[in-house]
Amino acid sequence: MGETILSVKGIAKRFGHIQALRDATLEVARGSITALVGDNGSGKSTLIQILSGNLLPDRGEIQVGEACCHGLTIRRAMALGIRTVYQDLALDDCKTSVENIFLGSELTRGPFLDRRAMAREARRLLEEIHVEIPDLTEPVGRLSGGQRQGLAIARALRRPGELLLLDEPTAAMGIQESHSTLRLLAGLRDRGMTLLIISHNLHQVFALADYIYVLRAGRVLTGTATGDTTVDALQEQILRREREEDRL
Amino acid sequence: MSPLRKWCARRSVPLLLLAVCLGLMAFLSVRTQSFFSLKNVVNILEANSYRLILACGMMCVIASGAIDLSAGSILSFSAIGAAMAMRAGAPVWLAILLALALGTAMGAVNGLIIHLTRINALIITLGTSFLYRGMSLIATRGIPITKLPQGFRDFGFGDVFGMESGVTMSFLVVLVLIPFFYHMRWGAYVTALGGNPEALKRSGVSTGRYRISVFALMGALAALAGIIITARLNSAEANAGLDMEMDAICAVIMGGTALRGGSGSLLGTVIAVFLLGLIRNGLTILSVSSYYQQFITGALLLCAVAAAELRERGRRTG
Ligand SMILES: Nc1ncnc2c1ncn2[C@@H]1O[C@H](COP(=O)(O)OP(=O)(O)OP(=O)(O)O)[C@@H](O)[C@H]1O
Ligand SMILES: [Mg+2]
Repeated sequence: MGETILSVKGIAKRFGHIQALRDATLEVARGSITALVGDNGSGKSTLIQILSGNLLPDRGEIQVGEACCHGLTIRRAMALGIRTVYQDLALDDCKTSVENIFLGSELTRGPFLDRRAMAREARRLLEEIHVEIPDLTEPVGRLSGGQRQGLAIARALRRPGELLLLDEPTAAMGIQESHSTLRLLAGLRDRGMTLLIISHNLHQVFALADYIYVLRAGRVLTGTATGDTTVDALQEQILRREREEDRL
Repeated sequence: MSPLRKWCARRSVPLLLLAVCLGLMAFLSVRTQSFFSLKNVVNILEANSYRLILACGMMCVIASGAIDLSAGSILSFSAIGAAMAMRAGAPVWLAILLALALGTAMGAVNGLIIHLTRINALIITLGTSFLYRGMSLIATRGIPITKLPQGFRDFGFGDVFGMESGVTMSFLVVLVLIPFFYHMRWGAYVTALGGNPEALKRSGVSTGRYRISVFALMGALAALAGIIITARLNSAEANAGLDMEMDAICAVIMGGTALRGGSGSLLGTVIAVFLLGLIRNGLTILSVSSYYQQFITGALLLCAVAAAELRERGRRTG
């Protein structure tokens, strides 16, 4: 494993009486793709939101590069180069594709929005990641699930950053779209970016990730290099752990 | 779709309202010889300048996914503040600044409470509307403050381009709002507050700033409307502006801005205010009893909302 860019230690987070995270500990190597898998409600999205500064953990430590902190704010996470594609995508349905891609980081000329430059840049970005949206000046509320995910990815890629967190980025995509997205993500790694990706599709995970962490009931169970395990082994592992927990 | 058709499709509500306006004007000028004069249009503009100012502020608030029921109370209290200051010997310009500052502050308090508590704006501003109205009543003991200095009264009747100064001010408000609302970050973030505040927050924007500023703007514009009304009446009253926020909300919704927020139509708001004024004016000219006015306004609002809703459904399914 190469140099560690992100290290998470003993993160815990509680919502009312639900302990979403108990003891999340993992490390992400610079320039790698790390996958986070686990059942529904195992706390994956909660961890991503904590790493993005959208939630504060109750306990634990986050280290990004040299910076070490207990919790992050959204701005701090952004300043540290963390970009996120949220599970709910965080799109404003009333705004157009262009406006959504640039929300919070608009291009301006003086005090005014530079719509032409933003439209040009958005078109280029979407072309690069093979997302086809016929009319970029229509509200995004009417786009398909895959197109919306494409937009969210385009927005995350627009801002400079070296750590990309993706929460089920291809869940709503068709075969062709998810293939091109996966190719894109692999391409980003080759360009030196670091990716932490959540997915329920183990085959996809195996095709893409260098390292896999399994999250179960808010606890990180295992971390293995992809080469040291197989889909069946991993599935078996998750199931066995599940039975163990049931017995407790 | 051709650019022209798209432009029209996007502005179908304002265009429809405009058509209704023109039809009404044509009808009125046929029925009465006196109507279709420029003078009458100016009359309508003059009688509705403060309504337009209030509606512009309300449009921004509604676009941000909120509502302000306290605008009328803010109007009254800031005007009373100015009147009391002038009675105590303050110069006119200072009194006006004071009114604007009071209005801005009261609006900002609304925004701050809503941002901090995350309680629905309807409830919070319902509360503050009683609070601010109560402050007006306490400060005046219900007695109007009259006999204001001439320099202040000029604000109501002062002649700019042959029209009351209120008209100029309302046009200025619209002209200043166009770039802020449509072409700058402020408008983009205010509408995002209505569309998806979580998305705005997650893109690193401090949402409180925009929540507070949009309510502060509403407050400042309510104060401006209060100044115009008070100057015209030569009297500041605790009951001034009663129910005026409802007129403003009515015009905004009629103008095609959805109550759920996310986007807003300044053009539609302007035309809707004018249309409502035109109806009031036309009924007077036709000597129809004012009892019918509210009924017709209500019917028109329902029709406008129904038309907007049908169009939206047609889009979703078609
Ligand atoms: N804001 C919240 N308030 C209350 N409970 C929450 C909140 N967010 C998450 N939870 C709870 O925390 C647990 C973990 O949720 P999380 O979204 O992290 O799961 P997940 O692993 O992403 O699941 P999925 O695969 O379905 O996306 C769940 O039981 C969920 O109900
Ligand atoms: Mg999730």
